[in-house]
Amino acid sequence: MRFTWFNLMPWPYLPDDFRTTRRSVWVDIDSSLFDPVKAHDLYNSYMDLLEYAGTLGFDGIGVNEHHQNAYGLMPSPNIIAAGLARRTDDVALVVLGASIALYNPPVRVAEEFSMLDCISGGRLVAGFPVGTSMDTNYCYGTIPGLTRDKYRENHELILRAWTEPQPFAFNGRYNKLRYVNIWPRPVQKPRPPVHIPGGGSVETFDFCIDNTYSYSYLSFGGYIRGKQLLDTYWERVAERNADASPYRAGFAQFIAVADTDAEAERLYGKHVDYFYNRCLHIYPGFADAPGYRTIKTIQKGVLSQYTPGSLFEPHPWKELVDNGHVIAGGPETVRQRMEDLIKGLRVGNIFCMMQIGNMPKDKCAYSTKLFAEKVIPHLRNLFPEYADDGRFWCHPLSKRAVPGSLPAEAPSEAIVGAD
Amino acid sequence: MELKTIKTSRVPVRYFEGGSGQPLVFLHGAGRMNDDLPILEPLARKFHVYAPLVPGYGDSEECPELFDMLDFTLHTWDVVDALGLRDPILVGFSMGGMIAAEMAAIAPNDVSRLALIAPAGLWLDDHPIPDIFAMMPYDLPHYLFYDEEAGARLMTPDGDMSDPKFLQTFLVQNARQLGAASKILFPIPERGLSTRLYRIKARTVLIWGACDRLIPAVYAQAFQSKIRGSSVVMIPEAAHVAPYEKTAEVVAAISGLE
Repeated sequence: MRFTWFNLMPWPYLPDDFRTTRRSVWVDIDSSLFDPVKAHDLYNSYMDLLEYAGTLGFDGIGVNEHHQNAYGLMPSPNIIAAGLARRTDDVALVVLGASIALYNPPVRVAEEFSMLDCISGGRLVAGFPVGTSMDTNYCYGTIPGLTRDKYRENHELILRAWTEPQPFAFNGRYNKLRYVNIWPRPVQKPRPPVHIPGGGSVETFDFCIDNTYSYSYLSFGGYIRGKQLLDTYWERVAERNADASPYRAGFAQFIAVADTDAEAERLYGKHVDYFYNRCLHIYPGFADAPGYRTIKTIQKGVLSQYTPGSLFEPHPWKELVDNGHVIAGGPETVRQRMEDLIKGLRVGNIFCMMQIGNMPKDKCAYSTKLFAEKVIPHLRNLFPEYADDGRFWCHPLSKRAVPGSLPAEAPSEAIVGAD
Repeated sequence: MELKTIKTSRVPVRYFEGGSGQPLVFLHGAGRMNDDLPILEPLARKFHVYAPLVPGYGDSEECPELFDMLDFTLHTWDVVDALGLRDPILVGFSMGGMIAAEMAAIAPNDVSRLALIAPAGLWLDDHPIPDIFAMMPYDLPHYLFYDEEAGARLMTPDGDMSDPKFLQTFLVQNARQLGAASKILFPIPERGLSTRLYRIKARTVLIWGACDRLIPAVYAQAFQSKIRGSSVVMIPEAAHVAPYEKTAEVVAAISGLE
């Protein structure tokens, strides 16, 4: 099993009446709610927590990309990952990921991922999401009807930029480049492992199977709801005669651990409430630009969000825990439910979302430590037959540089001149 | 009116045809809900009307090869050619007005009469056009209609914008239609038309609902200042969908081009 400690980096200062007084947490979020001085502390706390998780035995630490979004403060995940690369030692850097349809030209993604892979000594796990409609269409102006076509082309360009040894010309619809020849290039050959966040379309299943990418389902809906989607994925994997390695799949899950179940509710209830009842307040007009999704997906969708004055139903703790949106409780409860998740969905990669809503860092560190010490060890070897499957994870250099290795004293003139 | 299909080199195109007299091509708007019969039938009493659907609209086949404004413009010329028409009266409403203006700018010698009804295609920083791609169904009557309640009743059988049957049809149709339209309208409905309008030689009438809340009437002046000799017909007590709200006035303004 591979556990990645994942931080969405939510803004913890949304007012109590946010849902009734503001239209959306995303795209046109009220900028007067942002305070750069508080953000200074916040970014540093959040990066501290990621680094801390890296010391506790998590396999990876994870970041992602959102724009104009108060529950995700990372327009550039690579900036955070670069900071983490210097302050961590052997943990994977999971960038899940760069929304490749947004970059012009997308060789920028190939370059920055290569830099991260070089700085970290081959610890990069790369992600290529299509990106949500909010980010991709409404914030970054990508035309909905062309988003997937642009994604396809940009993916092809990045892969070729990573792997082709000679400069090449790329004559795409969205990219006209005479000399593609990125410098630096990734440590990992032929390329870093790739994870693709997806929402359930067969096209994305096939894309992952064809390219030996791991399919990640990142939702806030929890594992009970996620099972249906993952079942469809595994059916497709079988249909395409691919092996059933659990590392072909990943799942994101909110997790909160305390000494007991009651203590978990007492400690974390209000932070979970903050996330579900404030951070997910998204104006439905931004959820799905016409042309972004396929007709089939829309036909399956829920209509209630499109009706005027649709009443908000608050999500209480019990409901969120019972329905598996959040796996919370004492270590044994969490272990059992995690085992249900892992076996039920057959997922080898777990993205553990443990910084929840406005949770302060001491609570987050506490929950993280309990999970690392009292839960993870019991879940390590659930798929022993695939223990050696390295296709979907990074392969760091065995000998890696030590950051900050300059001597404390400035070198003497004689040494500088010695070469 | 009869709904027919004509082959073009890229895609089969669905179009309404009816009436007799001088040929007139009507290009529909982006938000096309059912059909354009409320304006087409009155027009067909005076003209031989052809109203092609943008690929992906109504029951027509989508055309993924249409990527940008030039593709849309040339495709629509292909349709006119396929219909065997020469210098038809060219009429466009909203997005259709944008396409019609591009057609007249790119082939100025082939269009001598042009009617643009609240066309898209320009952008004034002081008068931003609301984002139709982020609107909820229940927001639409406000932006489209002078009489919002009557508008809601036009869009749904009993004016109930929460009716699940209406929503289902609307959302699917919207995804298909606006998905196609997004290529020339998203996120800002402007693709450089202002730099090409000077080429138009057609006698041009700009027809606008004075109370348009989507593309406000100030845009009429912006178009007029760039199209030589163009005139403006401003229709009171009408909003963006003037062809539905004030059909007779719109038809009269178009007829002035004869």
